Amino acid sequence: MALLQIAEPGLSAAPHQHRLAVGIDLGTTNSLVATVRNGISSVLNDIHGCSLLPSVVRYAADGSIQVGHVAQAVQSDDPHNTIVSVKRFMGRGLKDVGEVGNLPYRFVDAPGMLQLRTVAGAKSPVEVSAEILKVLRERAELSLGGELVGAVITVPAYFDDAQRQATKDAAKLAGLNVLRLLNEPTAAAIAYGLDNAAEGVYAVYDLGGGTFDISILRLSKGVFEVLSTNGDSALGGDDFDRRIYCWILEQATLSALSAHDTRLLLTHARVAKEQLTEYPETQVTAVLGSGELVDLTLTREVFYELSQNLVQRTLQATRRALRDAKLGAQDIKGVVMVGGSTRMPQVQLAVGEFFGQTPLNNLDPDKVVALGAAIQANVLAGNRSSDDWLLLDVIPLSLGIETMGGLVEKIIPRNSTIPSARAQEFTTYKDGQTAMSIHVVQGERELVSDCRSLAKFELRGIPPMVAGSARIRVTFQVDADGLLSVSARETGSGKEASIVVKPSYGLSDEDITRMLQDSTQHARDDMLARALREQQTEAAQLLEAVDNALCQDGDALLDASAQARIRSGMDALRTVLEGSDHQAIKRAVEALNQATTEFAQRRMDQSVKHALAGHKLSELE
Amino acid sequence: MLSVGADFQQDFFHLFNLPARFQIDTAQLEQNFRSLQAQVHPDKFSHLSEAERRLSMQWATRVNEGYQTLRDPLHRARYLLARQGVDTQEETNTAMPVEFLMQQMEWREALEEAKQAKDAMALEEMERRMQNETRILHQQLAIDLDDTRDYDAASGIVRKLKFLERLAEEIGSAFDELDT
Repeated sequence: MALLQIAEPGLSAAPHQHRLAVGIDLGTTNSLVATVRNGISSVLNDIHGCSLLPSVVRYAADGSIQVGHVAQAVQSDDPHNTIVSVKRFMGRGLKDVGEVGNLPYRFVDAPGMLQLRTVAGAKSPVEVSAEILKVLRERAELSLGGELVGAVITVPAYFDDAQRQATKDAAKLAGLNVLRLLNEPTAAAIAYGLDNAAEGVYAVYDLGGGTFDISILRLSKGVFEVLSTNGDSALGGDDFDRRIYCWILEQATLSALSAHDTRLLLTHARVAKEQLTEYPETQVTAVLGSGELVDLTLTREVFYELSQNLVQRTLQATRRALRDAKLGAQDIKGVVMVGGSTRMPQVQLAVGEFFGQTPLNNLDPDKVVALGAAIQANVLAGNRSSDDWLLLDVIPLSLGIETMGGLVEKIIPRNSTIPSARAQEFTTYKDGQTAMSIHVVQGERELVSDCRSLAKFELRGIPPMVAGSARIRVTFQVDADGLLSVSARETGSGKEASIVVKPSYGLSDEDITRMLQDSTQHARDDMLARALREQQTEAAQLLEAVDNALCQDGDALLDASAQARIRSGMDALRTVLEGSDHQAIKRAVEALNQATTEFAQRRMDQSVKHALAGHKLSELE
Repeated sequence: MLSVGADFQQDFFHLFNLPARFQIDTAQLEQNFRSLQAQVHPDKFSHLSEAERRLSMQWATRVNEGYQTLRDPLHRARYLLARQGVDTQEETNTAMPVEFLMQQMEWREALEEAKQAKDAMALEEMERRMQNETRILHQQLAIDLDDTRDYDAASGIVRKLKFLERLAEEIGSAFDELDT
């Protein structure tokens, strides 16, 4: 049955300028940037021809910052100031990070998210990640020869709201316009599925440097529908390294190491792990700061045993994901392996045995996520009509609120397709009560104390009434990035007051501005120039979109005077667009958005009617 | 907040172009869900104006909500009853047939035993029995809602299904605990 073909809203058939957009895999161990050129997604290399950028940032005493291989090379010499695997700290407080004792950092406990003390001052994980993103942005702009319209940044599917918000903030800090936060396994499925024209239910097993995700997806006629996802945002290759590290300490009877020795042995542990992918045994040889020599032989068998329960933990999460999808291992048509840590033979063996089939390794597990993100970025930037494919993702962890006795009432269950919203009515329990507090948490456990606290906020200004007669309607909205926003309105008195609540750990726009100003690489002039360019780009896009919309539907949906109002808004915007006052452009953009709201609504109603028109035709046949 | 057009408020069955019945063509529901999302999903609007992006998110949210409501038989039954102005009294009416309550108690005891013994086989067996029982109740709902229009009887089944749903959730968490 053929559906009626209609053009994508706002996209004309006319060719337009190619907008530069990239996909970025911000990994625990390595990060990459990819883009679609001439219809093909490819990873962008640095000037030395390297595609992987080690996610390592070093702060030097003179204020300079090194990122990547150069920082990695000196990590043992300058362990306090060289931040490795910062992704593990994103959106995390000190108490969330269990293994602080094993890490060579000077942590600072800060509200919401920990910080790391370096020679250049205390740094938030958001700032450290932003340094990695800046390098990738510069690499892309150099290689593509222009400024980026935006980027799709990937996050582990099992990242909670705090971790997602931190990632988005890091991108903003790096001067990137975030088109979408995309789940890593879903990105891999896009790259894999579009390459292989796959159909059926697939599992994506993604074991990275610091995170593990398992997603179950149904691929059907270009629709990527995530059925369930599970994982552990603190389980990855680093943990395998740490098992070897602890084994070294035990075998060589070492204790109380310096930061330098800790970093040195962690590095040797990682090398040993990689060696064991190729060889049945490897030698660990290191000279400590004291001159003491460590010389040990590690065999595959011993390593398998050391890491056995890590592999088991990934399979437990896999079982949970299958159960949520109401499927068994036998229903899975293929298992796509993603993440450098899936190279370990014991992982391949265990996954193969679990699913009763050989896992699929045809795409480079280090690159597949970035490649998929680039494909999505190309669509979101408007370069390609996405009529032929659609991505439906889910929220990984349930959202709930605290009720009496410290219990959690689930508001949006895990694995709900996003965007998703749910409204809940609350009332007062005392006469004359004018405020109430609401505590939003994320997690699957029954007790608030076992879940992650996302936000606590107070609703004030409730008109004093008899207990139980106020009606407060609180709406929880999860957007397509998996990010939560909360709004509330009092409806009992007929008076409507609406507020929007942002989770407490998110950076405010002022914070971001301050961080940008703090950063020595951003002079104030640069910032103003950038703000102006961004505003101009947005305005030009808006004009193009409205113009196309008017051409398509103006006559059909609007009368002459309504069209004239929109056109005058467009003229007003065009007039200020050439100037250098970014505030004036912003105001004109807002005015035009306002003027086109009703039109947008009618176009949407029309699209929805068209969506099912094909079925009506088929019923006539 | 944006005011929304009349179409936005329309009934989920109408939205998905399906007859308002308990027995629905789930393949058609799925297909229509995809066709609708293909039109309204935020991915199609990210490069457009703010007004259109906001509308898209509202619509996509609504389509997801409708899909989840119609796809799940218990939600669908509740929704059909609410359309008829019938209160299913799930919180207030606790009068259940004695034999149903006996069976519930029996299952809960079995669940506790299986949890204590960490017996995955027993849990699986319970899950199968529950699924079977649920299927039978769904068949009865189809008769009560679509044929005889006996909404009192249908409400009674909805209340039973809610019991079973809770039990199924507990079996699910029991499996989770086995793993840890």
